[in-house]
Amino acid sequence: MSEQLALLPGYLTAHLQLTLLALLLGTAFSVPAGVMVTRMKWLDQPVLGTASVIQTIPSLALLAIMVPALAALGVQSIGFLPAFIGLTLYSVLPILRNTVTGLAGVDPALVEAARGVGMTPMQRLRLVELPLAMPVILAGIRTSTVLTVGVATLSTPVGAPSLGNYIFSGLQTRNLTAVLVGCVAAAVLAQVLDGLVRGLGAAISRRRRGWAAVVLTTIGLLYGYTGVSLVQDLGARDAGRIVIGAKTFTEQYILSEILAGQIAETTGAAAEVASSLGSTVAFDALRAEEIDVYVDYSGTIWATIMQRESVPSRDAVLGEVTRFLREEHGIAVAGALGFENAYALAMRRQQADELGVQGIGDLTAYARRLVIGGDYEFFGRPEWAAIRDTYGLSFASERTMDPSLMYQAVASEQVDVISAFSTDGRIAAFDLVVLDDERGAIPPYDALILAGPRLVRERPDVVAALRQMIGTIDVDRMRRMNLAVDQDGTSPAAVAGSFLEELRAARRAQ
Amino acid sequence: MIGPGVRARGIRVSSIGASAPRYRRRFATLRIGCHGRATLIETVGLTKRYGEVAAVDDLSLRVDEGELLVLLGGSGSGKTTTLKMVNRLIEPSAGRIAIDGQDTATIEAHDLRRRIGYVFQRIGLFPHMTIAENVAVTVTLLGWDPARVRRRVDELLELVELDPAIMRDRTPSELSGGQQQRVGVARALAASPRVMLLDEPFGALDPLTRDRLQQSFLRIRRQLHLTAIFVTHDMVEALLIGDRIAVLHEGRLVQIGTPRELLRSPADDYVRQLMDTPTRQARLVEALLEERPA
Ligand SMILES: Nc1ncnc2c1ncn2[C@@H]1O[C@H](COP(=O)(O)OP(=O)(O)OP(=O)(O)O)[C@@H](O)[C@H]1O
Ligand SMILES: [Mg+2]
Repeated sequence: MSEQLALLPGYLTAHLQLTLLALLLGTAFSVPAGVMVTRMKWLDQPVLGTASVIQTIPSLALLAIMVPALAALGVQSIGFLPAFIGLTLYSVLPILRNTVTGLAGVDPALVEAARGVGMTPMQRLRLVELPLAMPVILAGIRTSTVLTVGVATLSTPVGAPSLGNYIFSGLQTRNLTAVLVGCVAAAVLAQVLDGLVRGLGAAISRRRRGWAAVVLTTIGLLYGYTGVSLVQDLGARDAGRIVIGAKTFTEQYILSEILAGQIAETTGAAAEVASSLGSTVAFDALRAEEIDVYVDYSGTIWATIMQRESVPSRDAVLGEVTRFLREEHGIAVAGALGFENAYALAMRRQQADELGVQGIGDLTAYARRLVIGGDYEFFGRPEWAAIRDTYGLSFASERTMDPSLMYQAVASEQVDVISAFSTDGRIAAFDLVVLDDERGAIPPYDALILAGPRLVRERPDVVAALRQMIGTIDVDRMRRMNLAVDQDGTSPAAVAGSFLEELRAARRAQ
Repeated sequence: MIGPGVRARGIRVSSIGASAPRYRRRFATLRIGCHGRATLIETVGLTKRYGEVAAVDDLSLRVDEGELLVLLGGSGSGKTTTLKMVNRLIEPSAGRIAIDGQDTATIEAHDLRRRIGYVFQRIGLFPHMTIAENVAVTVTLLGWDPARVRRRVDELLELVELDPAIMRDRTPSELSGGQQQRVGVARALAASPRVMLLDEPFGALDPLTRDRLQQSFLRIRRQLHLTAIFVTHDMVEALLIGDRIAVLHEGRLVQIGTPRELLRSPADDYVRQLMDTPTRQARLVEALLEERPA
């Protein structure tokens, strides 16, 4: 618990940066746009229609879409910017709609009175229409506030830290305390911000100057704090800080902590972890120099990034991947950690024995009666196509689920086969068997430490520190570490800490 | 169809019938009326059409400086439309309006409106502003300094017989209808306009309150030497308050003249019936008293 709470200031600040600035920009756009719409009726359909369409895009997808969209524009595509833009877009509709409704609801007799006493159109808007529409507009801002605080938890996969880090990593590592802290913190934050806007509305409508001043000052201070922290964060980016990326699964959390610890210990450089990045987000982030290091798997690069379908030998894949990364993207493969984390089909040992299944080939006859579960990516990945085609598999149904739930699902007989990861400790823990890929449909998945172009250019010392990790983790070790987190609820940082300690002790002993 | 032209103070309605020649469409700069006063408001051939229907049809009027002209007519006769065209809340379809000899179309609409006091049919106080802010709205727009505005507000509230100390910081919803209408009058008077336009200002009030407000208004009018167009559909109010009365019917001017002239020689049956209502009602009340002596 206290370990989780220690992370709170950082995540909360990041969450505030995203939501407050998105709301500010969203409001600054929506209110004038709403005014325009009421002035120029023909704008009504295009503007409100567009905003509605944006609102119907699932929020996670909207944020994720920002990544390639920004990359295409050649600007920062990972981290604050995509999350910020996505959230801003998301905050628009409620404010826009309420501005339009609020202005339309102003008694026409009062609008005419405003003209009658000699107001210009602008004065009429400022002195009569906006103040009268204010309660409705503020209600829109409140809706947006609650919405934005919630959706901001989904910024984590696009590389912007937020309270969502608690939720994503907590769900992945079965740390319910973390999930709870994240949810409660987000809920409280939403309530507090909503309360501030509500308080402001009440103070204005009851004409309490004092109240209004207090609320405005509070809001102002929040913005001040947020702005200053954002500027500091941006400043810190340049100060030689090393950022280690991690995708959204346990092994990645552990490895990123290990690498961060190793870099900090060996070089003294400040190293921090940007966790829960979407799978291809991590690669894009490295290429765009928004993170400096992360661990990826040779087969993933081979199949997903290089789009290769043939499966040559392990060494050939490694060689070609290394050359490809260096030549195409300026990324260095610092080395292989010493284990493979392959996609593998796994099933309950008992069922495998009953059916007499040992290799994937033995499944072909039974597949029609069996249900397969896979993580979010699996059924869309080239590896699945390769397995399916090579062995002529056709399952009764394919179910996509969260990777943290797959093992439970197969163990409790809700599915029969899963797309397991070969390093996952739960394979042994749930008494599953991994089926042999006897025809070599699945490429090799050596865990590789990838160093970004900036490190290659400027920090040979860091690259050297990374090289020291070559061959230090074998499959068995990785499985145990994964199991410690997934099963025993130890934090990835703690697991990484004891690993590094052991490694140091072993080195001293040599 | 309609009787001969009626000669009245400073204005000659040469003919009103549709077939009669149109009133000369020319502005006379400051024509002197028979009481030796200058014309302040003049409308020439003023027309407002909504599609096929003419809400106001070829209306030519003059109002002298210091005069109170009542626009009298039934619902939908075009009274409000006429009044709103004078301060350009509605743009005419045809015809022109001059104030003090100047064509209003040549003045910025908001400038024009700041120079004309307008009391709305539906009061139209701003609910989000205090009474003081409502009264001060025009002079604030004119850029008066706050101290001067505050003095003016108190002065005006006293003029309309409201206690500034009590009323200043209230909001319109905390006032009775009669009090709100007084504030409406004070707001219209704030920038010392030479011209006041009042659209059934006391229409929605009980008879006693209406009577009190009428008296207040007459006093204020004399005190400030206001020129006003006052819309009403209440015959008694028209007779009591107007220097002259212009009777509108279906957007057309039926007759214009002093109350006495209208009572003595109504131009047609419509005006006669209209003029008869107060006496007829008085007779009914008298008869009632005779039937049941106290
Ligand atoms: N915006 C508009 N569109 C169409 N017709 C209108 C519009 N405004 C007014 N009219 C019509 O013009 C005519 C005159 O309306 P106006 O408001 O001037 O009447 P009024 O004499 O003030 O009536 P009342 O005593 O009921 O206030 C009415 O028949 C009305 O229906
Ligand atoms: Mg009217």
